[in-house]
Amino acid sequence: MATTAFDQAGAPARAGGPLLVVEDLEVDFKTAEGTVHAVRGVSLRLNPGEVLGIVGESGSGKSVTAMATMGLLARSAVTRGSVRYRNEELLHRREKQLMPVRGKAISMIFQDPMTSLNPVYSVGWQIAEAIRAHQDVSKEEAMRLAIELLRKVGIPNPEERVTSYPHEFSGGMRQRVVIAIAIANNPEVILADEPTTALDVTVQAQVLETLRTALQVTHAALLLITHDLGVIAGLADRVLVMYAGRAVEVGTVDDIFYRPAMPYTIGLLGSLPRVDTDGSELLRPIPGSPPSMVGEIAGCPFAPRCPRAVDICWESEPALVPVGAAASPHLSACHFAEEVMRAGEPLFAATSADTETGPGPELDVDTDGHRPEHDMPSPEPGYVLAEGFGRAGPGEYEIPLMEEEARPGEEPDASRHREET
Amino acid sequence: MAEHVDLRPGGRTPPQVGSDRAGTPPRRKARRGWGKPGKLPVAGGESRHLGDEHGLAGDARKQWQIVLRRFVHQPRAMISLGVFALLGVGSVVAGALWKYSYTTLTDQIAAPGQGAPSWAHPFGVDPIGHDLFAQVMQGTKEDIQTALLVAVISTAIGTTIGALAGYFRGMVDPVLMRFTDLILSVPLLAILAVLGNIAAKQSGSWLWVAIIIGVLAWTYVARLVRADFLSLRERDFVEAARAIGASNRRIIVRHLLPNALGPIIVNATLTVANAILLESTLSYLGLGIQPPQVSLGTLVASGQGDATTFWWLFVFPAAFIVVMILCVNFIGDGLREAFDPRKTRVRA
Repeated sequence: MATTAFDQAGAPARAGGPLLVVEDLEVDFKTAEGTVHAVRGVSLRLNPGEVLGIVGESGSGKSVTAMATMGLLARSAVTRGSVRYRNEELLHRREKQLMPVRGKAISMIFQDPMTSLNPVYSVGWQIAEAIRAHQDVSKEEAMRLAIELLRKVGIPNPEERVTSYPHEFSGGMRQRVVIAIAIANNPEVILADEPTTALDVTVQAQVLETLRTALQVTHAALLLITHDLGVIAGLADRVLVMYAGRAVEVGTVDDIFYRPAMPYTIGLLGSLPRVDTDGSELLRPIPGSPPSMVGEIAGCPFAPRCPRAVDICWESEPALVPVGAAASPHLSACHFAEEVMRAGEPLFAATSADTETGPGPELDVDTDGHRPEHDMPSPEPGYVLAEGFGRAGPGEYEIPLMEEEARPGEEPDASRHREET
Repeated sequence: MAEHVDLRPGGRTPPQVGSDRAGTPPRRKARRGWGKPGKLPVAGGESRHLGDEHGLAGDARKQWQIVLRRFVHQPRAMISLGVFALLGVGSVVAGALWKYSYTTLTDQIAAPGQGAPSWAHPFGVDPIGHDLFAQVMQGTKEDIQTALLVAVISTAIGTTIGALAGYFRGMVDPVLMRFTDLILSVPLLAILAVLGNIAAKQSGSWLWVAIIIGVLAWTYVARLVRADFLSLRERDFVEAARAIGASNRRIIVRHLLPNALGPIIVNATLTVANAILLESTLSYLGLGIQPPQVSLGTLVASGQGDATTFWWLFVFPAAFIVVMILCVNFIGDGLREAFDPRKTRVRA
């Protein structure tokens, strides 16, 4: 079983064992079109102080996994499996029993700071509200703590700003407030659901820095959900790549970035401009779009988009099994994981960065002809991963988001990309 | 005024691209660095006005202050508020200080050629000899008391039912809303007539009339609040509140209700106008406030028969009703505009 494999391969448990264990989590939504299998058996372990990144396209089930962990899914969602915090089952708990856990043991940072703060209250009130939900302190004391928290997350003049309203803050500042709320009760686990996605690229790095500070202050473990590999590279210890509601690759950051063993991961990395090369490389996006999650999926869900797909890929869904050295915590759900990892060559067709005028990439460049006949959607480079990877524009993207010195290199790189096309 | 600072396009130097400091108000800077706040030299010749809605200018002003400011700058609403307050306070004060009580029988009566408004009796007297000014003041007081109590009762009931239905949905929603539909479909006046008759005959006081109207007039508030809650409950901050461990009650009372307060208050105001009208109607029909108590409705009712001969018996109470309802409606409109930022923006 994938679960067992993962458990064995998980990061070495530190004192007290893992904080958060998700096992075979499945989430279904009943819709008019049929049952949507949003999450199909995800297992993960979060150890104390660890940062686990979850990456994947929109609709891959990342956020639903986090919501299920917090018990925040709509009542129409059907969940199976297990979510345990310190060996206490959280799934299927009643609201009342979840309340002491939420915000105290596990807190959450939401994607859009524009909407996740209450517009009619001052930010100080909202932080104080979070404190008072779990700690028996006076209003004045809560406000004092709120000012401290604002200071910790890097808001200048916290004494003055504590009485400001969310609409008086910029997006980056609001997200800092959201982070302050998340760490208000010293949680052991923080779930961050795309914490930088809604922000201007230019403030993303600052918010990540704040997040890092928050982790230092609380010593909390972080489950970082993002479709931004740059964020992962900057913050995560381990990475879980999700596709079509399943974990398709798990490993350390180095495993994922340097020894990817799943074509999807390779595709994700290829969609990202690199600043560590001379800039002459073209982007290699993944053609097509993620499968519909309605109904059952036969075979590997990535097969329709995979240049390596052969008959077996269409017939059976590969399990998440260890690849490489036996001691390695590197898992991959690909029938050809070992080959893919060893090959280390570009798998996807290169494309021009200019999606407006450039001709569509030739699909056959790097494929090996094993692809059975099927409807290969014509690649739309601009739309593939558009939500995450295209938003910033290829030129503005940076892998090591946190490293300031990497930035100067990215400008000429980007401009060259544009000139070529 | 320091709140309004004309910023040069990209006026902050050096341009802090992407800096988080964009969120801090330029107020301090405006005071210290730019000298005279308000009118600033504009580099490009063109000034761009960045108002409060961008969150760039001004103190951390409380929402209430913003609403109040918008309200205060509407002459019609402010005048209406003044007149209504004058009527309310005036009716109490005048009722207490005036030389006649509303029950006093004066030495004059309304008869052909006498009883018309005079210095002794500004509003004239009625055929029995009551001083009409004292009666109108008493009626106004009763009406305002009744209407305010109706607004409080119906808003409380309506908000509770609407909030529960909108927040919990599921089984709660259809049950509560069908009940609301039921109340709504019952002819209000008929019910009021029956209940009012029974209650009024027993006690005949404004309190009972107010309670009866209030208990039946909450349906619109309930629908309004439910609709508001249905959309508010989907907002991210509700999820965020749940994620910090807030209970349903806490979310409803502390997180959602303040967001719905604008429409609720506007509606409560308009309920006051409706209640005045309803009470007058009931009293006019003889089902509301009973003699010897007076309300504007009973005064109109008793005065209308002689309206052609003793015009003052009809005109004064009727005019007071009209003025009060107009005032309340104007106040409601002003509040609506003050609460709703999409409406005409009143610059303060």
